[in-house]
Amino acid sequence: MSIEWKDYAPGEFYDELISSPGCAREPAEQLIEYLQTLSDEDINSRKIAAESTIKEMGVSFTVYTEGGNIDRAWPFDILPRVISKTQWDKTAAGLKQRLKALNMFIDDLYHEQKVLKDGIVPEFVLKQSVNYRKECEGVSPRFGVWAHVCGTDLVRDKDGQFYVLEDNLRVPSGVSYMLENRSIMKRVIPEVFEKVNIAPVGDYPENLFDTLAALSPRDVEKPVVVVLTPGIFNSAYFEHAFLAQRMGAELVEGSDLVVLEDNCVYMKTIAGLERVDVIYRRIDDMFLDPEVFHPESVLGVRGLMRAWRAGNVALANAPGAGVADDKVVYAFVPDIIRYYLDEEPLIPNVETFLCYDDKQREYVLANLDKLVVKPANESGGYGMLVGPHSTKKDRETFAELIKANPRNYIAQPTLALSTAPTIVGKNKVEPRHLDLRPFVLQSRDSYVTTGGLTRVAMKKGSLVVNSSQGGGSKDTWIVDTGTGIE
Amino acid sequence: MLSKVAERIYWSARYLERVESTARLLSIYDKLMFDLPRRVNLGWYNLIVINSLEEDFNNRYSVRDERNVVKFLLGDDNNPCSVVNSLRAIRENIRTTRDVIPGEAWEMVNELSLFVQESLAHGVNRSVRHEFLESIVKTCQQIVGLLSVNMTRDEAWEMLQLGQNVERADMTTRNLDAGIAAIQQVQDDDYAVNARQIIWGNVLRSLNADQPYRRAMRSSIKGDTVVDFLMGNEQFPRSLTFCANEIAERSKRLPKSEQVVERALAIRSEVSRLLEADEFGASFRDDLNDLQVSLAEVHGLIQTTWFLSDK
Repeated sequence: MSIEWKDYAPGEFYDELISSPGCAREPAEQLIEYLQTLSDEDINSRKIAAESTIKEMGVSFTVYTEGGNIDRAWPFDILPRVISKTQWDKTAAGLKQRLKALNMFIDDLYHEQKVLKDGIVPEFVLKQSVNYRKECEGVSPRFGVWAHVCGTDLVRDKDGQFYVLEDNLRVPSGVSYMLENRSIMKRVIPEVFEKVNIAPVGDYPENLFDTLAALSPRDVEKPVVVVLTPGIFNSAYFEHAFLAQRMGAELVEGSDLVVLEDNCVYMKTIAGLERVDVIYRRIDDMFLDPEVFHPESVLGVRGLMRAWRAGNVALANAPGAGVADDKVVYAFVPDIIRYYLDEEPLIPNVETFLCYDDKQREYVLANLDKLVVKPANESGGYGMLVGPHSTKKDRETFAELIKANPRNYIAQPTLALSTAPTIVGKNKVEPRHLDLRPFVLQSRDSYVTTGGLTRVAMKKGSLVVNSSQGGGSKDTWIVDTGTGIE
Repeated sequence: MLSKVAERIYWSARYLERVESTARLLSIYDKLMFDLPRRVNLGWYNLIVINSLEEDFNNRYSVRDERNVVKFLLGDDNNPCSVVNSLRAIRENIRTTRDVIPGEAWEMVNELSLFVQESLAHGVNRSVRHEFLESIVKTCQQIVGLLSVNMTRDEAWEMLQLGQNVERADMTTRNLDAGIAAIQQVQDDDYAVNARQIIWGNVLRSLNADQPYRRAMRSSIKGDTVVDFLMGNEQFPRSLTFCANEIAERSKRLPKSEQVVERALAIRSEVSRLLEADEFGASFRDDLNDLQVSLAEVHGLIQTTWFLSDK
């Protein structure tokens, strides 16, 4: 027996692979055809192979629990998600457009603040932003770029259209899993890669390195690029090590670096101190420099901000870049794109209600059972209210929270997130909701990953895709259906 | 290269060597016990003594039998040098130096670590122990081989060699000491010659040295020649002289190495001096102890020279 696609029913949702019972979407046709040749047993053995591959490759992430930190194997579904190249190219252009405008916005905020003076974004947004850093005012990073690495969360609604759900401009993670997912797939179902014209994803580390190297303040042939990690207990440590290795950069912790009187950053090597040019930092702003931010931080480097302001070291992302991934700012991004680029946004936002506005708040409070409410500055899916899945008590709590601090909350309609066939239990295939996180790079040039990390909510009906909360992932295929190589 | 990375690689090499030698020691020890005349009273506890783990062991167990010794050396959480703990240390060290170690090495270490944890019971169970230990030894050798075939000959490589040779030198002194201690228990009777031969043969096998010994020394197994070989041979990779030479040579390729080189060469001279003795009796155990102290000093110098560069 192989998968019975006629029984697969995504219902009202847009399904990524199946357009109607038994019918594959064009870019997924060859995949479905191939899956048809596999028996239940085949599929099960591939699934087991994927699981042991993940274990052997040591692909893991850390979950914090009361009982300590657990290193968990990466949850992965072997059925890929497929997107056509034509559609992806348009989306990629939209992502570049968005990051370009966001960087102009950040640069403006730390200089003249024209965007506020011209009334595009209300002043209070800045005044109350927890991610605005006064310490960054007047600093001019190279190319005017503050957010060099951006992870943008995209979702598809019922209509099959991509929407931007969130911009992650601080320390977005997940890209290593995107790359590992592909290598797992190549090991587990190599046959398909021979038949289907699947675009490769492996060039990300090279592009990341070029993006970072271009930021070097010294005009040297080989700038010293390091990845700054909070250490082995961080949930994304796997990724930090992975990227450092793939880029040929040093993986450092705060204690490996020192800033001297000359306001330059050095790393401690067996030969003594060596100057560092570019730091790809994977620790939050507030822990970067105990001299300026949290004085008790042991993760950062004393004097780092001095060195950065003096232009002696590049930080990616720049401190303060997070001001633009505030969920209130999010609501204004389409206007921000129009304002700086004089272009229409290529990818729309999800409709967003701002609770600081009396009318919109009223609507939100009256419709809590239908909406998703998010605090402005949380990530990882924490502190959210998913209206349709909430209890009366949850809604009352949130109504109080919103009234107490309206500026801190936004609300969005509950999206009918798209689904894709996912193996659940033994040999059963059911639709599960998913999102997509592509990664966008910008410095001298810009770059978008081919596809991105597809995260999938493994629980039936669930919309929460975060790996820390039981989400899984899938390989993402960008398939050229046009002039494919025969 | 980062000081911290250097330190982690150095320790990875030491632990890797320790896992291999512990597994080998355990895998051949039962054969020694079968061969020795019943009257020679050499217990499993001797393995604890070789590794200077008496205190940790006695805190944990009161019965010094085979089962407890094997359990303690393989998988005990209270033994910092147990195979499981050593592998855990290697795994963490390699995981944090994945940017300089070939990716396949990480996969192999990870696999080995999983394998040992999952099949620990096989090590305690006599009937499958040999196979289990063999596969640990083999995998360690594969990892070392993989590194030596793939690694760039940069500072990371030198650090790996330093760690390996310091650990080996230490192991060799310990095995020699254990050999002499065992010989002292042999009573001077009709079985003595045979028993001595068995014990020294076991020392050689513990260090994977029996075949090289025969080729180099062209002699049957005798105490003096074995000591001579394991301490003074210039070619055998686990002899003290060879290890001291390696430590000096590797260090020379690293910055600021003068002190380490000097100390390593001093060990070499010390070994030559000791080998001039007529026989290696009880007082020789003190000499071996001094050598271990010297090795600890080399280790200390490696630490202050390269791992604590900001101090």
